[in-house]
Amino acid sequence: MDFLLFGSLISAVDPVAVLAVFEEVHVNETLFIIVFGESLLNDAVTVVLYKVFNSFVELGPAHIHATDYVKGVVSFFLVSLGGTAVGLLFAFLLALITRFTKRVRIIEPLFVFLLAYVAYLAAEMVSLSSILAVTFCGICCKKYVEANISQKSRTTVKYTMKTLASSSETIIFMFLGISAVDTSKWAWDTTLVLGTLLFILLFRAVGVVLQTCVLNRFRLIPLDRIDQVVMSYGGLRGAVAFALVILLDGAKVKAKDYFVATTIVVVFFTVIVQGLTIKPLVTWLKVKRSDHHKPTLNEELHEHAFDHILAAVEDIVGHHGYHYWRDKWEQFDKKYLSQLLMRKSAYRLRDEIWDVYYKLNIRDAISFVDQGGHVLSAAKLALPSMPSRTSMSESSVTNLLRESGSGACLDLQVIDTVRSRRDKEDAVMHHVLRGSLYKPRRRYKASYSRHFISPDKQERQDKEIFRQNMKRRLETFKSTKHNVCSSKSKARLKEKGRKKKGISLTSDSPNGKTQRNVPWQEAAPVLVMVSSDEEESNSSETEKEDDEGIVFIARATNEVLQGKKTPGSLDVCPSPCIIPPSPTLAEKELPWKGDQADLAVYVSSETTKIVPVDMQKAWNQSISSLESIASPPGIETGPQHKRFTCPVLEEQPQSASQVTPEQRSCFQFPSHVSKSSRSQSDSSPDGTEQQELQPLMAAEEPNRIVPSTEPRWLIQFNRASHL
Amino acid sequence: MGAAAARPPPGLGALSDETGLSPAALMRLHERFQALDRDDKGHLSPADLQALEGLALNPLCERIVGAFFPAGAQRADFPTFARVLAHFRPAEGAPCEPGGPSSPGSKLRFVFELYDLDGDGQISYRELLQVLRLMVGLEVPDEALAAVAARALREADRSGRGTLCFEDFAKAVERLDVDRRMSIWMLK
Repeated sequence: MDFLLFGSLISAVDPVAVLAVFEEVHVNETLFIIVFGESLLNDAVTVVLYKVFNSFVELGPAHIHATDYVKGVVSFFLVSLGGTAVGLLFAFLLALITRFTKRVRIIEPLFVFLLAYVAYLAAEMVSLSSILAVTFCGICCKKYVEANISQKSRTTVKYTMKTLASSSETIIFMFLGISAVDTSKWAWDTTLVLGTLLFILLFRAVGVVLQTCVLNRFRLIPLDRIDQVVMSYGGLRGAVAFALVILLDGAKVKAKDYFVATTIVVVFFTVIVQGLTIKPLVTWLKVKRSDHHKPTLNEELHEHAFDHILAAVEDIVGHHGYHYWRDKWEQFDKKYLSQLLMRKSAYRLRDEIWDVYYKLNIRDAISFVDQGGHVLSAAKLALPSMPSRTSMSESSVTNLLRESGSGACLDLQVIDTVRSRRDKEDAVMHHVLRGSLYKPRRRYKASYSRHFISPDKQERQDKEIFRQNMKRRLETFKSTKHNVCSSKSKARLKEKGRKKKGISLTSDSPNGKTQRNVPWQEAAPVLVMVSSDEEESNSSETEKEDDEGIVFIARATNEVLQGKKTPGSLDVCPSPCIIPPSPTLAEKELPWKGDQADLAVYVSSETTKIVPVDMQKAWNQSISSLESIASPPGIETGPQHKRFTCPVLEEQPQSASQVTPEQRSCFQFPSHVSKSSRSQSDSSPDGTEQQELQPLMAAEEPNRIVPSTEPRWLIQFNRASHL
Repeated sequence: MGAAAARPPPGLGALSDETGLSPAALMRLHERFQALDRDDKGHLSPADLQALEGLALNPLCERIVGAFFPAGAQRADFPTFARVLAHFRPAEGAPCEPGGPSSPGSKLRFVFELYDLDGDGQISYRELLQVLRLMVGLEVPDEALAAVAARALREADRSGRGTLCFEDFAKAVERLDVDRRMSIWMLK
């Protein structure tokens, strides 16, 4: 009887030891899952058997009846299934709670930990399998909780758990070590020890072989010999066995000390010897390794297709295979569970193909910025690096950055916050804030470099206010921009054929890229790119696209720009590039108010054209001014740019007009354009803007300046709105 | 149904050789064929297949049903049925010739033909977009899908023509374990 007890506790395979070894070795997933799953679930068996045999021992062998054995078996099922049920219950509760924690994000990790612990305690209270409860709680709630809680909470939970887990494991092994040295706790019996060692190896192998024989009849891909060897060799005993043996009641179990000694030796042996040798064994046996590669978009896509096809064929064949059940589960999940347990915003946006696409785009952007960053530094632009900005919570983007070892600092906050799917409003707010926070720093730098009277605070605020207002007006102008920048801008990130793309873009614009406009048009007024329906990734994408699109227009249409060394800076890292123009233009405004008089005429005739063209001009100006750190050369080229672009403006209206009929929701656009054109002459619709401009232009000729500055401001605001 | 289920279909041996399925598997398939053939017509029509409710919920259901009825035919007899399903026999661990219907190459070709609607041997951007549209939920907007499709095409297209030929497709998915993903245990 005592030996039954001993057998039950010594056979328990320890998950942590196995996990550590297998993670290092990177075996293929099947093997990993089998061994790991066994370790996790055998707690039910071990603890139940242990308890059963313990009670038998307490009763004494004489008093055991047949019914007790039956009860033992029944209790096994009861305990394990009950533990699972408790775990599921708490998983459900946890997922439901996290759905509503939008406002109290700081305590989300607390909820996770506490509820998981409560699951453990609850199961313990009713003598069910607590480990199973916690395991299943974690397994089941992960999907929903992960979608519901914020990025920071996720990070917190993940790393706290890891820390707790490793510290607990360490403590147990320390205790093990100490008890090993403390000779009062155990008594040595050579036969027992050796016998145990031998038998655990032997019987594990036997057990594995027998079971795989049975399993292979039902498996699609059979478990081959190598897998079986690894499985049997990977049975490392560990903490559980030791804890259980210590808990033995010394009075009831006379041989406790012998058991303790044996257990210690077994644990040491398995962990040290088997643990150390399993890696060479795996390499020697050429076990199939897991293939960790980032899935390309194609793979993701076709994987899905395969799954669907197979599910369909299974249906046809009438075979209720794995895919069938999985599909059924996914449908059930989608229909009921996800809606109940996941936050609306998270639920709507989940899509794996999109995930992969998004991640790939981010990676592209990062790699592009990498090059762009170098170009920037090469061009000696006074763009501040942003090391401080990357000191944010870990996110997928920062991870990707780290992975790729990028030295450039993309304004991840923009992308990251945008990407946080938790809340549209959050993202919008962040964007607004960041937009306004971002600029000041830039402006300082730019203004220093340009040796100008740095704009005072009042002016800056005024500009910002002005910008806010302009942003709203620029909504409609976005449409043309969106049309122009096509999805090929993504390609552009990869390829360097910018000119080619520029030309192809303008030709592409009429080709029904209008659908894009729809979601973007519906976006919040302040931030056009954050649409209600799209994932934020799209908006970050559009940010890049917008800017690049504009750049392209400039490229394709304005040959003069080629001379400037702007290509590199323009293509790179949209957000950093955006800001510099505005301050410089703002500064330019003041000293050159006089100059604009002559330009005003030019501009007024051209503002009847579409605003994006004006944006181009401003962009060109700003870039040129930015590039040349000294002020005069930059400014002088400014007017030139304007003139150069003017002849080309003819193109734009065509593309816009071609586009407009197709746009369902851009009807405001033509009217707005005409409005702005009218503003030149009337300046009445722009009364508000003029008034806003008044504080900026401290004095003279507001009327004249307005028309000319207006487009420029529009452009700047357009930039600003991106942020 | 009924007495017909016990009789083996004609030409079983030849079919077994051709498809590589074992006679026992073919018998099972034949029973299934007869179960699906609700009016006992002796052949399958598209309606029979579409009556399967699980299939109706499958995003790719029309395509797959179309695979059973090549060239727009409205009838599928048992050999056709078996031939199509032979693609899904697990190739690993069972003897099969490299060119046989259950080899990974032919599995891939089956999928390729599902994508390639017009049968020109190339997957164009539009076809890819259509498949994507079928598979991805409604919440992903059109232009996003267009972007995804364009990118996928770009990734895989090594010849630069803007369409995927079979070799490109095979190369793109070579790291996926096609055999495992496209096999049904029952057909072993």
